[in-house]
Amino acid sequence: MKFGTEIVVLSLFAFAALVAAGFGVEGPFRQHMGVLFFAVAGFTAILLRNTDFKPAAPIDTSAYMDGPIRYGAIATVFWGVVGMLVGVIIALQLAYPHLNIQPWFNFGRLRPLHTSGVVFAFGGNALLCTSLYVVQRTCRARLFGGKLAWFVFWGYQLFIVMAATGYLLGITEAREYAEPEWYVDLWLTIVWVAYLILFLGTILKRKEPHIYVANWFYLSFIVTIAMLHVVNNLSMPASFLGSKSYSAFSGVQDALTQWWYGHNAVGFFLTAGFLGMMYYFVPKQANRPVYSYRLSIVHFWAIIFLYIWAGPHHLHYTALPDWAQTLGMAFSIMLWMPSWGGMINGLMTLSGAWDKLRTDPIIRMMVMAVAFYGMSTFEGPIMSIKTVNSLSHYTDWTIGHVHSGALGWVGMISFGAIYYMVPKLWNRERLYSLRLVTWHFWLATLGIVVYAAVMWVSGIMQGLMWREHDEQGFLVYSFAETVAAMHPFYVMRAIGGAMYLTGALLMAWNVTMTILGHQREEQPMPGSEPALRPAE
Amino acid sequence: MSYNLMREFADSWGLLAMALFFVGCIAFALRPGGKTQADQAAQIPLKDD
Repeated sequence: MKFGTEIVVLSLFAFAALVAAGFGVEGPFRQHMGVLFFAVAGFTAILLRNTDFKPAAPIDTSAYMDGPIRYGAIATVFWGVVGMLVGVIIALQLAYPHLNIQPWFNFGRLRPLHTSGVVFAFGGNALLCTSLYVVQRTCRARLFGGKLAWFVFWGYQLFIVMAATGYLLGITEAREYAEPEWYVDLWLTIVWVAYLILFLGTILKRKEPHIYVANWFYLSFIVTIAMLHVVNNLSMPASFLGSKSYSAFSGVQDALTQWWYGHNAVGFFLTAGFLGMMYYFVPKQANRPVYSYRLSIVHFWAIIFLYIWAGPHHLHYTALPDWAQTLGMAFSIMLWMPSWGGMINGLMTLSGAWDKLRTDPIIRMMVMAVAFYGMSTFEGPIMSIKTVNSLSHYTDWTIGHVHSGALGWVGMISFGAIYYMVPKLWNRERLYSLRLVTWHFWLATLGIVVYAAVMWVSGIMQGLMWREHDEQGFLVYSFAETVAAMHPFYVMRAIGGAMYLTGALLMAWNVTMTILGHQREEQPMPGSEPALRPAE
Repeated sequence: MSYNLMREFADSWGLLAMALFFVGCIAFALRPGGKTQADQAAQIPLKDD
């Protein structure tokens, strides 16, 4: 019977969720278990409707396993639009506080929904599907473990749904980028270990003797996130039928554990993983090998050895010992070297093919991504310097910095990879429209520029207003005055974000039409075809 | 194991081991004759689809 085991296991899982929904010790936990019950039961119903008793068709085990990757590409686009939409909503909530709808849709609950939505749902699905795409093609091996890839994909989606609905219900550990409570954390641990087995198993059965550098980056991302996630979420639930848990650490140790996790989530989730993407998709789209393979190996080991120590720069001028703060700052500054080495490596891959920037909007997107990688990894170390940090910390400058990295680097390289993969995954000759990609490129780029520039101005203004004092030493501005001064910048930031979201919607349309098999009739990109000459 | 013991190990032998491993990795990547192999490895993604 098709899906036989799955249906039995999922039915038991749904039943357990129903029991927990009935016996939970507090309201939000019971509601959350209700969500889990409907999600799992609904999924089981879909499997039941698609089951049959015919003998299963033989699987061609020599071909690559692209099913979960196709789902992953769609999930990436879907969650990207959702996460960015929530981002625009909370930007508007900051500008117009009346938009806070209590209790489910206030800023405090929507903000982690936005961060987790774009980092883990959009970025996570992008990493998941591209890593499985890349590892098969550079190892020349089918994914390991049969249906394991499907478990990883659907298990990860369940994690996203549980995390997102938990935030809206007010369930949170209040640890930045790790807000889900203990039971959701445990589920993610199971899924993540399965992902590690899937990825490592595929590498072990490779036919290509050398492990291509992109896989090293992906593997470091998977291994490090497993370590970070487990240590940061060591906690004791107050009840096994309740959502509340207490961290194993307290005070400044807890704060450092949190930022050791938080910064390395940036380093290994948002950087190493996406560098894996860069080292495969930029050479593929440019049809040239990476500029220097040996530089990419130096890049890899330098990132591995330096990034893990940079976290304490989030705790400057706190109870954290001074030596730890200085250590975090020193390692952040050292990170300049590998970051720029990697950026140069990515950009120089195009040397001799720079004309493609004119004719190929996808490569343009990738180059812009690598440029933003360079820019935000230049800005980050500057902000980690204690004297700069005393001005920038807790202001919007930080938000601007994060977004130039997230929208510019992570977003753009993922869009490039999606545009590259989708026609290949569905065997289409080309994308529905390259012109739409150009529109997406400009909307996204201008959106980031508006966003980052506005946040620089507002952040530095905010920092200067906070520390401004008169000749007698009294502070000049009350906090509310600094908030009021930021209103015009908050409106402009929402406009920048809306431009970026509009670009993502164009991508969703373009990808949907490509999958459906349509091709838009349009003028080719200028310069992509040799100009016609009159016959003489 | 006490904090002090771990701390002492971390900033002596632990630090030395990690630094040596790192230098070793870089030296291996840049070893004479490594370029040919690296150039071959760089071709891996371009060989097929």
